[in-house]
Amino acid sequence: MARYGMVIDTARCVGCMDCVVACKTENGIPEGYDRDWIAYDTTGAFPTLHMEIRSERCNHCEDPPCVYCCPCGASHIHERGGVVLVHHDKCSGCKACIAACPYDARFIHPEGYADKCTFCIHRVEQGLEPACVAVCPTHCMHFGDLDDPNSTVSRLLASREQHTLLPEAGTKPQIWYLK
Amino acid sequence: MRELVSTRTNPMIDPALHFWGWEIPVYLFLGGLVAGMMILSGYFLFRGRHREMSCSCLTLPLLSVALLSLGMLALFLDLSHRWYFWRMYTTFQPTSPMSWGSWILILVYPALLANALIRPPAWITSRLPWVSTLSARIAKRSAAVKFIGITNMMLGVLLGVYTGILLSAFGARPLWNSSILGLLFLTSGLSSAAAFVHLIASDPLEQKLLAKADNGFLTLELVIIGMFLIGLVSSTRVHLEAALLLLNGPFAPVFWVFVIGLGIVLPLIVQSMAVNNKVAHTPVAPILVVLGGLILRFVIVQAGQVSHWTRVVSSN
Repeated sequence: MARYGMVIDTARCVGCMDCVVACKTENGIPEGYDRDWIAYDTTGAFPTLHMEIRSERCNHCEDPPCVYCCPCGASHIHERGGVVLVHHDKCSGCKACIAACPYDARFIHPEGYADKCTFCIHRVEQGLEPACVAVCPTHCMHFGDLDDPNSTVSRLLASREQHTLLPEAGTKPQIWYLK
Repeated sequence: MRELVSTRTNPMIDPALHFWGWEIPVYLFLGGLVAGMMILSGYFLFRGRHREMSCSCLTLPLLSVALLSLGMLALFLDLSHRWYFWRMYTTFQPTSPMSWGSWILILVYPALLANALIRPPAWITSRLPWVSTLSARIAKRSAAVKFIGITNMMLGVLLGVYTGILLSAFGARPLWNSSILGLLFLTSGLSSAAAFVHLIASDPLEQKLLAKADNGFLTLELVIIGMFLIGLVSSTRVHLEAALLLLNGPFAPVFWVFVIGLGIVLPLIVQSMAVNNKVAHTPVAPILVVLGGLILRFVIVQAGQVSHWTRVVSSN
């Protein structure tokens, strides 16, 4: 059984937002809404500052609080790869999942249902990469099966120093950022 | 120093999280109030004192049905995909407090109607004579009355606690992430319900009894708020910062003045003097208690949405 995850090399990411545009185009995201975005994280004290540029989205957590709190069963873990998805026709728009997500990765689509990144599961099921990964001009984004030790994502995680976002929230995010 | 800047622009999420407006605090308040009313009237049924407690056992059950329906209307208005609300009733999700709540609400209605049947108001019995016949049959069986009383008390506790657990289950919002919130909302609901009876009861004995009970609930509420804050302050940095929103942050004036001062301490002093015959019973104290309960829900719901694990702002 596959377990999908994403590995993003922050040393290569330049914050060009191609991933954001690709997502909007592929998934028809309405104007003013984002399923993915760029975060510029600056730490340190002047003049020794360090900036990490990250392409962020739903972390498709292994322990997803958005799924656990959904009263309608609309938010669910997809049988393929453990991807966290929303059945739009089951969602009542109660916003519990928005309250539950420590990454604020969800939003209410103008049509009323909760929406978020799907890891482009419709493309993945056809053997393609998610749109954001496919267009990245610096090849900093990688998608694949974390359970396969020979996949690019597994090899990168085994060989490079990495971190996830808010590991202390305890949701086991499935997107890693290489330092 | 850490500065986190994001290009995300999602409505209700950015620049500041605000996904729940007035509807949810109003629903949580009305849910808590009805929970308190069910426990009070259920208690008097259980003790067989429903004949003497006219307000608690005659007015409260049907009033609760109306107030709960208003609360559910607020809940319905909050839904952004509202014509799919019925999806909550095609499934039961044991890990979702909202799913528990939606099914508890379904059980509350028949319990309240059974409660109302024990002392049906005259405007119903004059139109529907069979109601008084049925009512008399139930009233003859004290075991049935006790059972309805216990059921109302149990469902009242479940309803009141659930309104707090609903919020406390969201680990992503540090201010809400305390299970004592269930007990706080239950106690606040009880004090609002007791204040409500104190306010509208015509019998001085019932009025005084409920004022005394309210003083107990208000004292307990103060203790629970203290425990809630101590729990947050002694926890992680993000929980401490969440508590500071109430203690000395942007929500502090409303919290200290309207929730603690005017909503609990002042009415507690006035009602304590009233039950000791130092001053006459005044409607001001119970009105303040009810309003304090409503403002408590607003403060907790709004401040909870401000509390965060990470915030996209410049900070030192």
